[in-house]
Amino acid sequence: MTPFTRLANPSIFLALSRRAQPFVAAGAACAFALGLYLALFIAPPDYQQGDSVRIMFVHVPSAWLAMFCYGVMAISALGTLIWKHPLADVSAKAAAPIGAAFTFLALITGSIWGKPMWGTWWEWDARMTSVLVLFIMYLGLIALWRAIEDPIRAGRIAAILILVGFINIPIIKFSVDWWNTLHQPASVIRLGGPTIHSSLLWPLVVMAVAFTLIFLSLHLSAMRAEIYRRRVRTAQLLRAASGPGRSPLAPFSREAVP
Amino acid sequence: MTHVGYVAAAYCLTFAVIGGLIAWVVADGTLQRRKLRVLEAEGVGRRSDRQGATDAAARTGEPGP
Repeated sequence: MTPFTRLANPSIFLALSRRAQPFVAAGAACAFALGLYLALFIAPPDYQQGDSVRIMFVHVPSAWLAMFCYGVMAISALGTLIWKHPLADVSAKAAAPIGAAFTFLALITGSIWGKPMWGTWWEWDARMTSVLVLFIMYLGLIALWRAIEDPIRAGRIAAILILVGFINIPIIKFSVDWWNTLHQPASVIRLGGPTIHSSLLWPLVVMAVAFTLIFLSLHLSAMRAEIYRRRVRTAQLLRAASGPGRSPLAPFSREAVP
Repeated sequence: MTHVGYVAAAYCLTFAVIGGLIAWVVADGTLQRRKLRVLEAEGVGRRSDRQGATDAAARTGEPGP
């Protein structure tokens, strides 16, 4: 049995994640503390942006995580539709609120940065509009999961929508190249290598690692909660099916249903 | 040029959103585990728990659940 197959058992996943969770959370806390120290006290002010450059150390990782989270959901969606992995839709459902939160953070911190730099809180340029579309997609998926009672059926429908919506991710990434946008072109993940100085690049990288570990820790916890939620639902259905004065463990027969 | 107010607002919002996420995930997990404990206390068990008890009873010769 491959590790991937072993993880298909929710009980094994719960046991493994319970052991891994403290280490991931501790790593996230350490990386976040180091990143904040570098971002707020070590990184120099930018020659043009001044201290406003420090907003980049939370805005850029938030934006990266917004797209990374959707990527995780897309892989989970493939797991649901192609391999029918039992925990794939659990993963996708658990990731959606976290991705929505990071997308919201990217939009708002970008807006806060834009006011002093561009003189405007918002512009309908390609990058900002496509990230707003991503945020709306996250909210739509969360609403869809809540609207359908059966989690398995909801997971399959959501998986299809997640894969259809994945087209937005390359649009977000390449929007600054394809269109004449207010948002600046890529400065870090680009073919010619990063264009920002190492004194600003390293705090950014450390904060990106911290945000990623925060996401991983939250995702593990949210998946565990979702597995427990489904067990609660199953138990409640069992209790309801057994009826009053009847043991939920007793054999169930059609004649017993009133 | 410092724009300290904007920087402070951005970081306060970051702490608020991440803190809110952590609080929500922890609270949700705690609530679900509590609901499950209540249901298990009422005798609503998982099929694998019942199968395990049946197997144990078969090995010892005791009556199953």
